[in-house]
This record gives sequence, structure tokens and C-alpha cells, in this order.
Amino acid sequence: MNATLKILAWATVAAVGASAVGVIAIHRGEPINALWLVAAATCCYALGYRFYSKFIAARILALDPLRATPAERLENGRDFLVTNKWVVFGHHFAAIAGPGPLVGPVLAVQFGYLPGTLWVLAGAVFAGCVQDFVILLFSVRRDGKSLTEMAKQEIGRIGGFVAYAAVIAILVILLAVVALIVVNALRDSPWATFTIAMTIPIALLMGLYLRRLRPGKVLEVSVLGFILVLLAIWGGQWAAQNPAVAQVFTLRGTSLAILIMLYGFAASVLPVWLLLAPRDYLSTFVKLGTIALLAIGIVVLHPTLHMPALTRFADGTGPVFAGKIFPFAFITIACGAISGFHSLISSGTTPKLIARETETRIVGYGSMMAESAVAIMAIIAACVLQPGVYFAINSPAGVVGNSAAAATATISAWGFPITAADMQALAHAVGEQTLFNRTGGAPAFAVGMAHIFSQSLGGEAVMALWYHFAVMFEALFILTILDAGTRVARFMIQDGFGHIYKPLGRTSWYPSILLTSALIVAAWGYFLWQGVKDPLGGINSLWPLFGIANQLLATVALCVATTIIIKMHRAKYAVVTLAPLLWLVAVTFTASWHKVFDPSPRIGFLAQARALAGGPQVASTARLIFNNRLDAAVTSILVVMVALVLIESARQWIGILTGREASTVREAPFVLTRLAEEQG
Amino acid sequence: MSRLAQAARILVATLREIFDEAAYTRFLERKQVPSSPSAYADFWREREAAQKPRCRCC
Repeated sequence: MNATLKILAWATVAAVGASAVGVIAIHRGEPINALWLVAAATCCYALGYRFYSKFIAARILALDPLRATPAERLENGRDFLVTNKWVVFGHHFAAIAGPGPLVGPVLAVQFGYLPGTLWVLAGAVFAGCVQDFVILLFSVRRDGKSLTEMAKQEIGRIGGFVAYAAVIAILVILLAVVALIVVNALRDSPWATFTIAMTIPIALLMGLYLRRLRPGKVLEVSVLGFILVLLAIWGGQWAAQNPAVAQVFTLRGTSLAILIMLYGFAASVLPVWLLLAPRDYLSTFVKLGTIALLAIGIVVLHPTLHMPALTRFADGTGPVFAGKIFPFAFITIACGAISGFHSLISSGTTPKLIARETETRIVGYGSMMAESAVAIMAIIAACVLQPGVYFAINSPAGVVGNSAAAATATISAWGFPITAADMQALAHAVGEQTLFNRTGGAPAFAVGMAHIFSQSLGGEAVMALWYHFAVMFEALFILTILDAGTRVARFMIQDGFGHIYKPLGRTSWYPSILLTSALIVAAWGYFLWQGVKDPLGGINSLWPLFGIANQLLATVALCVATTIIIKMHRAKYAVVTLAPLLWLVAVTFTASWHKVFDPSPRIGFLAQARALAGGPQVASTARLIFNNRLDAAVTSILVVMVALVLIESARQWIGILTGREASTVREAPFVLTRLAEEQG
Repeated sequence: MSRLAQAARILVATLREIFDEAAYTRFLERKQVPSSPSAYADFWREREAAQKPRCRCC
């Protein structure tokens, strides 16, 4: 294609993108079509990748195709391995895509579709993709070092310690919040509970099949497992209609919480091949397939969005979670825009597989764009619901009332008309007894997804099957995060304990396994229990706490990236990581201040503790007060730790820029690649 | 057609990598042993010893 045609083509992409964003931003009144969001996202990603990532690659990082990567220099057939870039792309995407980009955007839809969409697009192109890309490249240039190791090396011991502590804190809060999402999705739902319960024996069967019958045939057994899961969904319908079986699988939140804690403990202490690995394979198989199916469904069916661009809850009085758009929309949506957790993966397995430096662009920047597209799909799935239905599902009883009549009256009074009969009909259509107060985002996403799929595949008659397929899909990979995360945290704690008493550091010593597993399950189990018992639904407290912790980790990652860029004598371009860093500091510090000190009991932890202390005293009041104070303390500790990293980083930047400190780049020495010769 | 075949090959390779089939094949090549239940057990023992369970994001 000649230069003029290229310019014309990219000018057309820019014009279409600008028009689509314009329609999304300006259009009010009539519902808009989901294709506007798809068009805006496609054009933004295309422009971001073609121009912004190329600028970063050429001007700042100076990607060198002739420089041997650790995959080539340290190739050992295990961790370090030269791998095709598309294979690494798929591997990396499978690792970063979790429930975050599905749940966060669904919760943020309480503000309308506009704030979430704009943040997902701008956040991904200018922050999230940049973070994943630069951290991946810097890890590649440092022999695949982890974020905590790079933080220690580039910023100092404080940076390393804070990164380590932030990872453990995030894991504990993350595991609690995802467990709470599962509890809320399965509560009083015999169909969903039966289906998810069946995935445990299915995973065990897969593990034994792989170990005894067909060693290593993972794709084969995953297909088999998937068929069994589909049978379990079908069987769930039978379970729900059979009163005796339904009674067994109709569980309250507290019972589900205990069962999930027991599951997390079992998964942490059992051999990986028996439960954790087969479940991971099964959930990855279902996850990749469902995301692809949802993308096709949205493009082919291009549903209408019924949620307005902006709702009245922009003022901070939202029922799903309290707080204004700034800063709360930006901590609620993390994974679809920028997520600190991604920096752990960009500095984990992925840098050890990269064949050439130039491939970090498609793997780091490109995978995050795909993740961001998943978030856009989640926004669409939530917005195809009538707003009244969305709020009836996502609002806790503590806000809208305990009865169907009270809830529908409250939601209708907000300007989103809904009747108890509408909700009953919808619950019946999806095979549930009720859809009121199903907080956490997952049930609303499942109803939206079932709505989209049932328009083409099977119609209303199979909506219940689609709903439970969606719930199974979410719960399956949430439980995978739960067991993998518990194990990761267990290893980190064992590593730390090993410095105090050596045998505790041995990961195969059973007393140590049992002790550290119990500790980590008790930690996230405590927050889960707190969420289940919370009269405001738990998500109101825990999701912001998780969002703050996750974005604070992104702050640490961007501090590391900015420090390295300045050390590389590219200070004039440091704004590329400095701008998202400053934005995240503004967002997380403001959100933390509100969560700790805001005078509204629905927002501030301390205000809620004071309100509880001044109100009627019941048996649980003292515990609720303690929990709120604990949440305030955890938030404060995280903020103080990250402030220390910021101060330490700023001290380094000033030292280097004023010439008081040497600018030493701690990269592995340059080695000429042999891959260039082999490929001509 | 060749492009389609290449895309299919990459897709299969990606799935084999994601689902650890490629890692197991490399293990067998490295250890010079045929696939068997005991080889698969050794493969997992080695992975466990590496203390690096696959990180999964939120």
C-alpha cells in the first residue's frame, strides 16, 4: 500500500473512531446501539497500537531486534523458552483475563455507560497497555526479573518490600472479593450451586484421567470436562425442580462462605495435578470459548443499550456502591483499563518466553487491548438490561428494602420503572426464585449475557440454560483464581517464614503447608465473612478496597517504569509513564481518603463505625464496628507504603536529573541474537 | 489456504502451550523418556519443586 493510501486509511479510522466516541459522549435520550461502543473501541485500539505503542517502542524503549532475549540466552526448556509471538500472546492473555474486566465494568454501569466506556478506552490506551508493555520489556532486559525484584533493584529496599507487601495484601483482598462474588451468585440458587459443586468431581476426574489413563492429553480431557460441565448445567435444572435435591443445594450466604473456605484450603494442600491444574485447564477452556462467543454475539446481534449515558448516581448516591464518579469509577474498573496485577504477569512467565524484543509490543500492549475489549463487552452486557432490572439485581437489601414491593418502589422512584411482576417473570425465565439483591456484578452480567445469547441461539426457551452457563463460566474461573491465588500466597508466606524458621520455608513439608494454608485462608476468609454479613452487601466495602490495593500496585509498577526510563536518559519522554502514574496517585489517594475519612457512613469506614456505635446495639454491632476500623487501617497502611515508594522514587529522579546520583541501568549485557541469522 | 493452515497451526500451538501439553512434550524430550503415568508424575513433581504456580490475574 502506498503512503497516500495508508494516510487515507488511518484518517478514515480516526474519523470513524471520533464519530463513534462523539455519539457515545453526546447522545442523550434515545437508546443507542452497542455497535457504537464496538466501533469506538476498535478504532481507539487500532490507533493506539499503530501510533502510540510504536512511538513508545521507537523513541523510548528503542526495541532492538538484534538483542538476544533471556528466552534465547538462558533457554532451558522449562522456564526460559523461545516461543512464537502469537503463542506468547495467547498465553499472556489467558493469564491476565479474569473476572475483573467483567465484574468491575458491570458495577460501574450504575453511573451510566459513558464514564466506564471512556475510562476503559483512555485508560487502556494511555495507561494499562503502556504499563504492561514497558514492564514486560524491562523484565526481558533484566533476565525475566519479577516486579518486586526490579523495584528492589531500581528504587531500593523500600520499593521491594512495599511491592512484596502490596502483592500479599492484594491477594488477600482479591480472594475475599472474588469469593464474595461467587457466594452472591450461588446464594439461594440450587441450580447454580449444583452446577458449580459438580465441577469439583469433574476436575478430580480430569486429574485422575490425566495422571492414570492419558498422561499429558490436556486438550482432550478439557473437551471431555467441558461436556461434563454442560451435562452438569442440564442436571442443575433437574436438581432445582426436584424439591428434595433442591433443598440440599439451596444454601445461605454464610454456608456457602464456609464451603468456599474449605474448598480453598483443600485446593491449597492437595497435589496440584489432582484438583488445581485440571480446574485451571477447564476454566481456561470455557473462558476463552465464552469470550469469543460473546464477542461474536455482540457484533452479530448488535443489541440496543437501555441504560442511559449518565445516571443520577454520578452524584455519589449510587446503590451498587457509594461514591462519586471521581475517584470511584476509576478504582472500580481496574483490569479493563489498568491493573497493577498485570505487572506481576508481565514480569512473571511471559518475559521468559519472548523470542525478540520487538515482540513485547504485541504481547504487552496488544494483550491488554484484548483485555480492555472484554471490559467493553461487559459494559454492553450490563447495559442491554432495562435499568430498573440492573438496579434491582445489583442493589443490596440494605439500600432498596427487603421485600420485592419495597425494592421496586424505591427503584421506580429513582426514575427506573420496574415492577415486582417483571422481576418475577425474569427470575422465572432464568430458572431462579428471585433476582433481587444479587449484588457483586456476576448475576447481572449473567442475565445480560443470557439476554444476548437467547436472542439468536434457542430464544427465550433456553434463557435459563444460558444464564446458568454464564454463572458457571464466571464462578468456574473465579474459583480457579481462588485456589491458584491461595497457593501463590501460601508460597510467598512460606518464603517469608523460611527466614524465621528454615523448615517452614520448605514447600513440601506438610506441617508448613497446613499452617500457611490455614493462615492465608483465614485471612481472606475473614474479609469474606465480613462481606457476607455486611448489611450493605459487602461489595460496597470490599470492591473499593480491592480496587485501591490493585491500583496502588500499578502505582508501584509505574514508579519502577519511570525510574528506569529516567535512568535510560529518556527523561523528556518520561511523561508516558509519569502521566498515568500521577493520575493513579490522584485517584487512589483521593479514594483512600474518602473510604477512611468521608463523613457519609455509606462511604467512609470510620463514619460507618461511628454511625453503628451511635445506633441501636445488637449482637453483631461490635464486630461490624471493628471490621470498619480494620478496613480503614488496611487502606491507610497501603497508602502510607505506596507514599514511601513515591518519595523514594522522586528522590532518585531528582538525584539523577540534577547529576547528584549516577544513572546506572541494571540491564543484562547485550548479546547478539542468533535468531536473526537463522531466519535470514 | 497456506495462510489458513498456518493460522490453524499457531492456534493449536497456542492451545498446547496454554494447556501445558507443549511443556510436557519438552519435558519428555529433555528427560529422554516416553509418556507414561510415572513420567507425568515426574513432570508435576518438577513443576511443584519450582514453587511457581501459574499466576492468574483478577
